[in-house]
Amino acid sequence: MGRIPRSYLINRLMTLILTILIAATIIWIIPRLSPVDPAEIALGRMASGAGSVANSEEILAQLRANMGIDQPFLLQYFKYITGALVFDFGLSTAAFPTPVSTLILNALPWTMGLMILSLLITFFIGNLLGALMVWDRSPKLVKVAIPAAMVFTSIPPILSGLLLMWVFSAKLQWFPLTGAYSIFVEPGWTWAFTQSVLHHGFLPALSIVVVTFGFWALGMRGLMIGVQGEDYVKLAEAKGLRPRYILYRYMIRNAILPQITAFALKIGLLIAGQVLVERIFAYNGMGKLLYDAILNQDFPVIQGVSYVIILITAISVFLVDLLYPFIDPRIRHSEA
Amino acid sequence: MSTANMTRAEKRQARRFRRFDNPWINPKLVWGIGLLLGILALGVIGRIGWDLDLVFTGSSPLRLPPVGFENLRGQAGIGSHPIGTDGGGRDMLAMIIVGAPNTLFVGLLASVIGMSIGIFLGFSAGFIGGRADDVIRVSADVMITIPPLLILVVFQSAFGDVSLTMMALLIAGFVWQSPTRLIRAQVLSMKQSGYVQMAQLSGASTGHIMFREMMPNLVPYLFGSFIASVTTAIVTAVGLEVLGLGPQRIPTLGRTIYEAINAGALIQNLWWWWGIPTLLLAVIFIGLLLINLGLDEVSNPRLRKLS
Repeated sequence: MGRIPRSYLINRLMTLILTILIAATIIWIIPRLSPVDPAEIALGRMASGAGSVANSEEILAQLRANMGIDQPFLLQYFKYITGALVFDFGLSTAAFPTPVSTLILNALPWTMGLMILSLLITFFIGNLLGALMVWDRSPKLVKVAIPAAMVFTSIPPILSGLLLMWVFSAKLQWFPLTGAYSIFVEPGWTWAFTQSVLHHGFLPALSIVVVTFGFWALGMRGLMIGVQGEDYVKLAEAKGLRPRYILYRYMIRNAILPQITAFALKIGLLIAGQVLVERIFAYNGMGKLLYDAILNQDFPVIQGVSYVIILITAISVFLVDLLYPFIDPRIRHSEA
Repeated sequence: MSTANMTRAEKRQARRFRRFDNPWINPKLVWGIGLLLGILALGVIGRIGWDLDLVFTGSSPLRLPPVGFENLRGQAGIGSHPIGTDGGGRDMLAMIIVGAPNTLFVGLLASVIGMSIGIFLGFSAGFIGGRADDVIRVSADVMITIPPLLILVVFQSAFGDVSLTMMALLIAGFVWQSPTRLIRAQVLSMKQSGYVQMAQLSGASTGHIMFREMMPNLVPYLFGSFIASVTTAIVTAVGLEVLGLGPQRIPTLGRTIYEAINAGALIQNLWWWWGIPTLLLAVIFIGLLLINLGLDEVSNPRLRKLS
C-alpha cells in the first residue's frame, strides 16, 4: 500500500489552505469594490415595507454599524476570515435576523444528497458503458447506441433539466414540477415523506445523470483502448479466464484509475451545474438559496453559499489526491 | 479495380483509407465545425435578412406560437413571426439572431484570452523553472479547484449589469489554469526529448526552440484545450445568464431561458420560448464536442482504428 510521505501531505495541505484562503478573500473583496452600499439596500427594503422612513441618515449609520462596514477594512477582513473558519457569515439581510449558517445548514443536506446520488450513478453507468464500448464481446447495440447517445452529453444539465421537466412534469405530469418534497406531507422519517422526497428528487438527479455519464464514458473508452493491448490482458486470455472476469478484474480495474483523478477535477463544475439545476427545479438546496439571495441582494448569504461550495470542492480534490495511492498502489508520491 | 464493381464494404474501406491520409479531415471535426458555422451563419444572414428592431419589448404580439402550432389562447402562428414571440412581445427569430452569436462571442473571447495567458505561463513555468515554476504551478493548482460560476455570481450580483465583453473578460480569469498545466507538463517532457536537446546543443535560440521545435507538437493539444475552454466559458456564461446575472440589455440565449422560466413558460406550454434557445445551445455544445472528438483523433492515432 502506498504510504503518504509527510512532505507531500504538507504540500497538499498548504495548497488546500491557500485555495480556501484565496477564494474567501476574492469573495470578500468583490462586494467591497462595488459602488453598491448594502446599508442603502437594507434601508430601501425597509422603505418599501413601511412606505416611508424618517431619520434615514441615522438609520443608515446604525445599519452600517450593525453590519460592521464602518470599521477599517483590515479589521473587517480579519473578522470575516476568522468568522469563515467557524462558518459564521453573519446574519442574512433578507431573512433578518436568521444567521446565514442556519440557512446553509438547512439547504446543505438536500444538495449533498442529490449530488452524491447523481455522482455515483453517473460514475458507475458512465464507466461501465465506456468500457463496454471498447470490449470486443459487448453486444453490437452498445457500440452503436452509446456513441449516438453520447452526443447529448455535451449539454449542460440545466438544458436537459428544462427538457425533462417539460416532458415529464408539465406534459405527462408524472413528476412534480418544483420543490424537494410535497407540501402536503410533514417532514420526518416517515415512509410518506421518503416517498415524496424520492419522487421530487428523481427528475433533478436524472437531468444531471443523462448529460454527465458521457464524460466518464468517453474518458473510459480512451483508457480501455490503452489497456486492451497490454500483456497482462493477453496472458489472462491465454490462461483461459472467463472474458467477463477479464473485463472487470483486469481491464476495468486498471483503466478506471485515472478516472478517479478526473473525478476530483470535475467536482467543481458538477456542483456549479447542479446549483443551476436546483434553481430551475426550485429544489430546496444551495442553488435555490443562492438564487433567492441574488434576487434579494442578500450578500452574506451569497458569500456564505459560494464559500461553502468552494470549500466542498477543495476538500474533495484534496481527499482524492491523498487517497489515490491507496487505490493505485503503483503510484508512489515522490518526496519532492 | 474501378469503383463500379466494388462492394459497399470495400468502398467504405477505400473511403476510410483515403480519409486517414489527412487526419484533420475526419467527419467529426467537419460536422462540429459545420454546426458552429451554421450558428454563425444564422447571425450573419439573419442580420441582413430580418428586421432586428423586433428584439425590442412590445414590438410584436405576445406569446404567438411558431407557424403551424396553436397556443393555449387558440392563436395560430403567423408568417411574420415564423418561430413565435415571447411573453414580452419580442420576435423569437430576431432574439436568436442577436443572441446566438453573442454566446459564441463570449466563449471565443474568453478562451482566446485564457489560452494566451495559459500558453505564456505554461511556457514560462516549463522553461524557466525554479521559483517562477513554483508560483505558476501553485496558483494554477489553487485556481483550478475554484468553480468560476460562484465567484462570478458574487461579482455580478455586486456590480449589477455587465457588458458582454466584461463578462468574457471575467470568465477568462478562470479558463487559463488547465492550458497552463497542460502546456507546462508537455514542455517539461519535451525538454527531455532528443530533438529539443539536439536543438539546444546546436545553439538554437530559446525563441526558436519554443516556436519552431515545440509549438508544432503542441498544436493538437492546444486546439483541444482551446475547445475545452470555449465549452467551459459558454457553460459559465449561460449559467450566469440563467441566474439572471448576465448582461441585462442585450438578448442572450441564457437570459431568454431565464425570462421564460420566470414567466412560467413551462406550465403555460410556451415551449418555443425556452425550447428554441435550449435547442440552439445544445447545437453549440454538440458542435464543440464533435470538434473535440475530432481533434482527439488527430492527436491520438490509436482512437482512429475504432471509429
